[in-house]
Amino acid sequence: MSVIEHPPPGDVAVADTHEPGESPLKRLANLQSVWILAVLLVIVAFFSVAAGDRFLSTSNFSLISQNVAVWAVLGVGMTFVIITSGIDLSIGSVLVFSSVVAAKVMANVGGEGWGVALLGILSALVAGLAWGLLNGFLIAKAKVPPLIVTLGSLSVALGLAQVITGGIDVRAVPEVLTDFNTYTKILGIPSLPFVALIVLILGGIVLHRTKFGRYTYAIGSNELGARRVGVKVDRHLIMVYALSGTLAGFAAVLALAQFGTTTIAGQSLTNLNVIAAVVIGGTSIFGGEGSIFGTVVGLFIPAVLQAGFVIIGVEPFWQGVAVGTVLVAAVYVDQSRRAAALRGAGSKSPPRALLSRSK
Amino acid sequence: MTTPILEARGISRAFGHVQALIDADFDLYPGEVVALIGDNGAGKSTMVKALSGNIAIDTGELLFEGRPIKITSPKQASMLGMEVVYQDLALAPHLNPVQNMFLGREIPRKGPLGFFGFMDDKAMRAKAKAGFTELGGTIRSMTAPVGAMSGGQRQQIAIVRAIQWAGKVVFLDEPTAALGVVQTKNVLETVRRVRDKGVAVVLISHSMPAVLEVADRIQVMRLGTRVATMPAEGTTVEELVGAMTGALDYSTKKGPK
Repeated sequence: MSVIEHPPPGDVAVADTHEPGESPLKRLANLQSVWILAVLLVIVAFFSVAAGDRFLSTSNFSLISQNVAVWAVLGVGMTFVIITSGIDLSIGSVLVFSSVVAAKVMANVGGEGWGVALLGILSALVAGLAWGLLNGFLIAKAKVPPLIVTLGSLSVALGLAQVITGGIDVRAVPEVLTDFNTYTKILGIPSLPFVALIVLILGGIVLHRTKFGRYTYAIGSNELGARRVGVKVDRHLIMVYALSGTLAGFAAVLALAQFGTTTIAGQSLTNLNVIAAVVIGGTSIFGGEGSIFGTVVGLFIPAVLQAGFVIIGVEPFWQGVAVGTVLVAAVYVDQSRRAAALRGAGSKSPPRALLSRSK
Repeated sequence: MTTPILEARGISRAFGHVQALIDADFDLYPGEVVALIGDNGAGKSTMVKALSGNIAIDTGELLFEGRPIKITSPKQASMLGMEVVYQDLALAPHLNPVQNMFLGREIPRKGPLGFFGFMDDKAMRAKAKAGFTELGGTIRSMTAPVGAMSGGQRQQIAIVRAIQWAGKVVFLDEPTAALGVVQTKNVLETVRRVRDKGVAVVLISHSMPAVLEVADRIQVMRLGTRVATMPAEGTTVEELVGAMTGALDYSTKKGPK
């Protein structure tokens, strides 16, 4: 029919602007995470010029990656949660709770070998999973908003951890765990970052390649729509929060290996730092959009800033100033891009066309 | 072709004190487009929800291909070959047309990878492209998110998704309500093509000219029941409005088939 063969001008414009978007390279160039990667590279370049070899050394980067490892594991779970348009404030406390449980179990069993370490790892994972399931159940079934549920479990998990320990950190971490952190290198990478890298890769594969990931995006994008096409939304949400909780349990093991002790008082800002990293990486707080790659870049910005400030002799307090600024700027850019895309890709003005093409 | 593919006989449904359907009838024959019209609150949406398994009926019976049946869930309706295109389309704006089309019914990768939830993107894209081509769509990009597309294109994606899975019946709830003139024409053309594939279409619409243009038969509802059934051919907008408002009294005539 002639009607079909001559689509309205508006449609032609849309089709034209999208046609080049088919190339994966161009689509990549329009992702928020790629822009933020450029920001990261600028920061790295700045410190390289300012501090030279002291910044660009293997030992410096190995230190940075070590500092990022625990947050990276948490960031994977947080990315899933935020893509469903949820939030998980409890990860820091769940990490503390899991590490306390694991340390207590290992202390009671006693010994320094892998057997007792594995028992500790298992109990940390189970503790994290339990918190995640509880969060997920309250959010999906009891319909309490995620912010409230996880704010509650933040408080309860930390409180229980303090009750269990009397507020005193447990230092009974088997030597195999601390040695694993200190001495082991896998493919030339320190062990903790290597383990975190594995988690990141697995998380990326699940998020971007499997049905589980697809449903995560769909629920964040249009929950009712997902329900209508038969996606089991409640079950999926429970699984996503369970994933976040389990990864917090796993991060607890890494933290134990890193510090050789539980860190009851040391995780109060972990949740916010991880959320900031995820959001800087282009994951939309409104759901439906995001990537693990973006989260990785978002994690490195504060870590690199901190290391760089120390090396060039700026007070590390400036890190907070810089990260906060980057966070708000990143979300502002992201939102204006989104709004431009929603106003219609038919717009012909070059800057906006450039910005909206990714949408 | 004397057996309706879907029939409602004397169905009633109350929501509290509000009687949404009162002894209402409906019938749909294979390969026809039936328009369901009526004023706000006449019971059109309730009728469609009852037929598609979204609400239960209090009394009366439903027949699918001549056999009495209880449709208790949208999933069951889907399995019978019936799909609904909701007014809000139920698309995920961040996903692309292919991902939307297969949402909830992804084609798994062959072998053990499929067991772990990996998807066969190639096969899904090919099937989606074939579906769009068949309906002569204006969707050019299979990779752009649906949220960036025009209202007409989104409508088309929702319709193509529905008929991809609906072997027998598609319900369209106000498909042209938010569309411009040209896009409305596109959608009506799509409806015709769907019918030509042999899929029966139920069209809920307020737009009388659109209804008269594309429907084979028109069933008019008023105050929770069907008050008239008429062929689209030879019927005027005035007659339809008369039946909807009760100004003209039509006794329900049997369909043309």
